[in-house]
Amino acid sequence: MLLEVSNLVKHYPITTGALVKHVVGQVKAVDGVSFALAPGETLGLVGETGCGKSTLARCVAGLHPVTSGSVRFDGADITNLPRKRMRPYRRDIQVIFQDPYGSLNPRRRVGSIIADPLVIHRVMSGEQLRRTVQELMERVGLNPEHYNRFPAEFSGGQRQRIGVARALALRPRLIICDEPVSALDVSIQAQILNLLKDLQTEFGLTYLFIAHDLSVVRHISDRIAVMYLGKVVEVGDAELVYDRPRHPYTNALLSATAVADPDEAERRQRIVLTGDVPSPIDPPSGCRFHPRCPRAQEVCSSVEPQLEGSAACHFPIEVVV
Amino acid sequence: MLRAFLLRRALLGLLVLWLVTLGTFLLFFVAPSDPARTLAGRQATPEQVELIRHNLGLDRPTLVQYLDYLGRLLHGDLGQSYFSGESVGKLLAADFPPTFSLVLGGAVLWFTLGVGAGVLSATRVRSLMDRGLTLLALAGVSMPTFVVGLLLLYFLFFQLTMAGVPILPPDSYVPFSQNPAEWARHLILPWITLATVQAASYARLTRGSMLDVLGEDYIRTARAKGVPERRVIYRHGLRAALTPVVTQLGVDVGTLIGGVVVTESVFGLGGVGQAVVQAFVSGDLPVIMGVVTLATTAVVVANLLVDVAYGLLDPRIRLA
Amino acid sequence: MTLTEIRPGAVTSQGIAGRGPWQLAWRRIRTDRVAMVSGLVVILLCALALAAPLIAAWNGHGPDDQFRDTGITAQGLPVPPNGEFWFGTDRLGRDLFIRVLYGARVSLLVGVVATGLAALVGVVVGLLAGYYGGVVDTVLSRLMDVVLSFPYLIFAIAVVSIAGPSLSATIGVIAFYSWAAIARVVRGQTLSVKEREYVDAARSMGAGDFRIMFVDILPNLLAPVIVLTTLLVPAAIVFESTLSYLGLGIVPPTPSWGNLLSEAQGFYRVAYWYLGFPAATLLVTTLAFNLVGDGIRDALDPRMERLFSRRRRTRKGA
Repeated sequence: MLLEVSNLVKHYPITTGALVKHVVGQVKAVDGVSFALAPGETLGLVGETGCGKSTLARCVAGLHPVTSGSVRFDGADITNLPRKRMRPYRRDIQVIFQDPYGSLNPRRRVGSIIADPLVIHRVMSGEQLRRTVQELMERVGLNPEHYNRFPAEFSGGQRQRIGVARALALRPRLIICDEPVSALDVSIQAQILNLLKDLQTEFGLTYLFIAHDLSVVRHISDRIAVMYLGKVVEVGDAELVYDRPRHPYTNALLSATAVADPDEAERRQRIVLTGDVPSPIDPPSGCRFHPRCPRAQEVCSSVEPQLEGSAACHFPIEVVV
Repeated sequence: MLRAFLLRRALLGLLVLWLVTLGTFLLFFVAPSDPARTLAGRQATPEQVELIRHNLGLDRPTLVQYLDYLGRLLHGDLGQSYFSGESVGKLLAADFPPTFSLVLGGAVLWFTLGVGAGVLSATRVRSLMDRGLTLLALAGVSMPTFVVGLLLLYFLFFQLTMAGVPILPPDSYVPFSQNPAEWARHLILPWITLATVQAASYARLTRGSMLDVLGEDYIRTARAKGVPERRVIYRHGLRAALTPVVTQLGVDVGTLIGGVVVTESVFGLGGVGQAVVQAFVSGDLPVIMGVVTLATTAVVVANLLVDVAYGLLDPRIRLA
Repeated sequence: MTLTEIRPGAVTSQGIAGRGPWQLAWRRIRTDRVAMVSGLVVILLCALALAAPLIAAWNGHGPDDQFRDTGITAQGLPVPPNGEFWFGTDRLGRDLFIRVLYGARVSLLVGVVATGLAALVGVVVGLLAGYYGGVVDTVLSRLMDVVLSFPYLIFAIAVVSIAGPSLSATIGVIAFYSWAAIARVVRGQTLSVKEREYVDAARSMGAGDFRIMFVDILPNLLAPVIVLTTLLVPAAIVFESTLSYLGLGIVPPTPSWGNLLSEAQGFYRVAYWYLGFPAATLLVTTLAFNLVGDGIRDALDPRMERLFSRRRRTRKGA
């Protein structure tokens, strides 16, 4: 396994007090998540805004310290490594960020942004660096002559290509894609997804692909994990999860996505969840989904279902074969 | 929540006060000035100087002297001047009225002028009036206080007197209790001096703040509802726009209590600023410490008052 | 080439050269006549200050030469402006024009060096406080509070009473009092910039703290720093002249605008030029710097522009 995440927990303390700060609560952003990624595989991680998927991505990338649990990369434990010892792993783990506007420094030229990882890790410099950057730009579908332009002179899709080129520069083994297309127009989303797929075949990349939209993840992922309130509620083969969801939450999420095929749309019933997403400060007892679940029973509010098999649910949807 | 916030601010204020007095104290002991020698005179023998030093308590370790100062301060005692032997509290009480009159009257004048000009500018952005006022304000910011004072002396005192209209006196201070009319007459030029420089920055501040507020959604909503423009500007806009201006006023009044040396010396008013200049030159530690303590306390108290006003006006601040 | 064909949003035309934020600001300020004229005035003043010895050599009036015959009237008073002494003379019969020029050297030097020092310290302290937060921030912020709330003249007087009045003491005092203002702004900006995603991106690539602070964050707060620095130069000049006026800055015989004016105070009833020319030069200089600073701010701050256009729209509608 290239990446193994086991029982990862990330809590943010809430503090108060005028003079001496004391902790009054915890935001349980990620609350015990485990998964593994084989080399060359793509795992899609899906959930609503605020379910903890982005926090999870940042913990795996070593951007936020982890509260407990472990992250192993290529067999080595990289959980909460000090910066110096984390450095070699940063070459192998790169991140593509969600916001193509926020993730590129507006005051720096595109060439130097893409060159950043190569410069930071002192891989090359001078003419060789410029050539490599221009090759990268060409590879991701940018005009290499635009080397000296500023991010503001590019469209959203082009900016995301810049982000992809930057992530690709060091030929990493794992790329964490943190909602790379959710800020883009639908027509451009497909272009970026195709680019990512091509690059994966060409360079043998492994992706941890995060999105809030199941239909985006479906095409690019081998497997899909669905998150709700800091926990993984369902995981499985991409087609299976998409076509035959077992967890009621996955089912609801699926019913909310737009479907292009009118016959397919006809067949699906829309499941509208009632109530708001509960606060991660004080998550519901038992199964976290029970207050909004159409299938919930007594046991759901007291006993927390474990992720055995594919869905963490006491009453999963029967798969009709 | 508000109480905790104010408590924190008050403690911070005390910390600032403590650091500033400590800094001044240490600065004094680094200084080459030796009050004992100055006091003893040129012909004094080393023994006489030593005796004076001992009598003043200056032969004790610096730390002991500082603790002694702090201890007396807790009882409200600022000590005695090395030179006149008078109590510092009394000396400052004598120097305080001119400074206080100057700052208070000046503040009323500059606040009125500054805010008025700022609002006028902000409601007529890019008009001739705005450009003129902006330039005027910029000129005011560009002028050192003493140059304003000198120019006022030249035009409003000298030229007016030469022209046979000797309505404004050049200098000196007349206590309010003695003759209120003379008090005001003698302070007119210093007030204008102080106000010119300060009003300029207040006009700029008000204009900027007002423009920010007038760009807010709720102002647009008020306009869309058909609230009369005057009411939009004065009832809705100005109230919010004044918050940062009032903050600045609090800070400035505090700072100026200890910092109107220039105006005082241009117009020969006497006052706290001049007292501290003299004390520093002669090395009169108790007076220096007294003035610094007073000036810093004024700053801290003014800041605290602003915080209280803020906390009452704007509930969002309490969360900060 | 298939890649160019699929390139989305082909808005980038080859004809337009890449324009960075700085070039845009330059284009904007070039249309600002007031700022351009003020800029020329500043350049002219700097040139005159630099050329002061040349001008003195050319008209034969050294800054300390006393002209007892032509420069003092029979009553022992300064001579008004004339063909030989353009700005008149001072109480010792020295050429006021030359002394004002030499004063400009001191004032501009103090203004620029003190502000430069303050900017350097302010940027570094502000970055450290804003970036690291926590205890570092608390300590540095309190330090800024103390510096900013300390009555500055009292501080200046204290320093001068220790070190004695001199050029370096003057620069030191002004720099010490100015850095906190810059540091406070830089800290605030750093707090907001460090939350941007590109800072996370840099960190995810393994960039160190210093690289993030100076390569990723600093360029994004250069605009406010430049504006503030330009506006602090005239403030420093005002500060210097005030110190010199009080006898705490540059002391005679070295001429500075402050000590010239201090000398002139005793003569304003009989020699208006003695007070007038140094005062006017001082005001023109500080005003020009302030106008340039304002121009740069307007050029760098597109928000202001938006405010203006919004206001204009509503006025048209009303």
